[in-house]
Amino acid sequence: MKLLEYEAKRIFETAGIPVPRTGGVITKAAQLPAALRRAGKGPWVLKAQVLAGGRGKAGGVKLVKTPAEAREAAKAMLGMKIATHQTHGSALSVREVLVDQASKIAREIYLSVVLDRREACPVVIASAEGGMQIEELAKSRPEAILRERVDSVRGMEPFQARRLAFRLGVPVSELGSFVRLVSALVRLFVDLDASLVEVNPLILTAEGRLLAIDGKIVVDDNALFRHKELSARKDPEATALEREAKKVGINYIGLDGNIGCMVNGAGLAMGTMDTVALAGGTPANFLDVGGGATAEQVAAAFRIILKDPKVRTILINIFGGIMRCDVIAQGVLEAVKKVKLSVPLVVRLEGTNVAEGRELLRRSGLRMEQAESLWDAAQKAVSAAAR
Amino acid sequence: MSILLNKESRIVVHGITGSTGTFHAKQCLEYGSKIVAGMTPGKGGTEHLGVPVFNTVLEAVRATRADASLIFVPPPAAADSILEAVDAGIATVICITEGIPVLDMVRVKKALAGRPTKLIGPNCPGVITPGQCKAGIMPGYIHKPGPVGVVSRSGTLTYEAVWQLTQRGLGQSTVVGIGGDPVAGSSFVDILRLYEADDETKAVVLIGEIGGSAEEEAAEFYKKEMSKPVFAFVAGRTAPPGRRMGHAGAIIEGGSGTHASKVEALKRVGIHVVDNLSGIGEAVCRTMGLAGSIR
Repeated sequence: MKLLEYEAKRIFETAGIPVPRTGGVITKAAQLPAALRRAGKGPWVLKAQVLAGGRGKAGGVKLVKTPAEAREAAKAMLGMKIATHQTHGSALSVREVLVDQASKIAREIYLSVVLDRREACPVVIASAEGGMQIEELAKSRPEAILRERVDSVRGMEPFQARRLAFRLGVPVSELGSFVRLVSALVRLFVDLDASLVEVNPLILTAEGRLLAIDGKIVVDDNALFRHKELSARKDPEATALEREAKKVGINYIGLDGNIGCMVNGAGLAMGTMDTVALAGGTPANFLDVGGGATAEQVAAAFRIILKDPKVRTILINIFGGIMRCDVIAQGVLEAVKKVKLSVPLVVRLEGTNVAEGRELLRRSGLRMEQAESLWDAAQKAVSAAAR
Repeated sequence: MSILLNKESRIVVHGITGSTGTFHAKQCLEYGSKIVAGMTPGKGGTEHLGVPVFNTVLEAVRATRADASLIFVPPPAAADSILEAVDAGIATVICITEGIPVLDMVRVKKALAGRPTKLIGPNCPGVITPGQCKAGIMPGYIHKPGPVGVVSRSGTLTYEAVWQLTQRGLGQSTVVGIGGDPVAGSSFVDILRLYEADDETKAVVLIGEIGGSAEEEAAEFYKKEMSKPVFAFVAGRTAPPGRRMGHAGAIIEGGSGTHASKVEALKRVGIHVVDNLSGIGEAVCRTMGLAGSIR
């Protein structure tokens, strides 16, 4: 689960990491004057609260000097659509704008804690070239990126933080506060079960102070059971359809294509999307009905897929393992009766009792195409969608 | 020969009295696996599915000489259950549980360092040595004994590949699901090393997916230390970056872990990469010069 900038910075502040004075988040222009008062004297910076890097370039960050300028910027920003290289073709609506006191920036540093999957430990990543996209820097100048692996139990050792500080060129006067800041970030990473804690940029102000002016936190979804305060929160990234699917235990991610996919198992669901693409089609979604694929789950999956108006055909690919194919076929038939299918259906069943399952589908008299293999199914779905 | 499990393996099932544990332990017993003990704290001294149940893994090991653990414990307690098996000296620990927090697995990996225990999973279908021992949730009948090792990050995708092989008359030595989590007990490299040393395994099918760098590391290992042919399929060619595709580990982050980079790394070292998921069985048959017609 990704947290918005203002949520991350609120957590930073509690952890003792210095953040700019803030007026908080506004959702209406009328809330602006009070927010400006809370943020202290200007200039201020208005920041669209969306989960996408590169929002500055898209007009989602504005420096304002007067209350009048602030009002203009807030009006323009609230409700605006932001599309960046990280939103993958779609645009995000701005519902919340953060009002911070602006800082005089002398230098920008990149700092984050992520999981090193290979070594199975947290790793602190830092660069003296802050502010920019770290992915781009990793490509163009990998030597500019510094790494310190951390023991998740002991946390960041002060010598490791000092080593980073000297390589980053942090002034000696700020050494102590840098060490405290990095240690606090690592502690946050562990305590929050995060998969990413990022400060980009961490700045040195003109007065020589360290300040986290932007922040990002991603929390491990699997650990939400021990972070009740976060699990109650609405995931800002999920679409309405994705949220609905989650409620009934279905793993669904909406995509751009027109072939709705219903598959059991995450890997096979991805593999099915790939096969559809290989056959010349485009998948409308990733959907994992779960290993069981019961009648109720299949019916729920149908309802979710059919709510996407782009869907021109549905492809069911189920490998019946422990759950027998005849039981799955029964489930598909019951579900089709319930949901009133308006688009062509292609079914590929394989596994335990497959002959009985196919026979049940065939005898039902319902309009559907049965496929012999996944490749056959993908081709049939692609031609059905093109009709 | 086979890897990890054979007909002598003595399994203790953690969480055997729960509904998932009961269902799958029964299936494993029917397949012929030697489940010698169950472990559920507080149910010690009872019997379940005709198997004695113990309060702790250590008691189970002492009483039954169990040497493999099969874990069906819910996520909040699963890491602890793995640690209990490691502490009791179990040689092969297989954890089926999906949804264990990553930092719990970081703790487990630290505890495993320098210990002889091999951990498979979590978030995996388990391990099966066809005709000998099934320790997991995979359907037994789709497998048959034979020369192909199959190692995979995904459950149903493994069944798909195994079924394609079996239908063409190609059996499997041992099929291993290493799981879809970012931090797993065993990597592709760990399992490839076992296949390379196993006399019965003549070829390996590797099923990867987007996210992380396990496939790239497998490619490195293949280049340096493997003599047996490896066939690979990587799922997620059409997956959008930044979204978790079901498995916690299947996510393209910051431009790394992409399908293209993995396929490139595997092809570069001479691993046969299959683009079409439906073509795995056929590719193995063709290259191995084995019977290739679907029965």
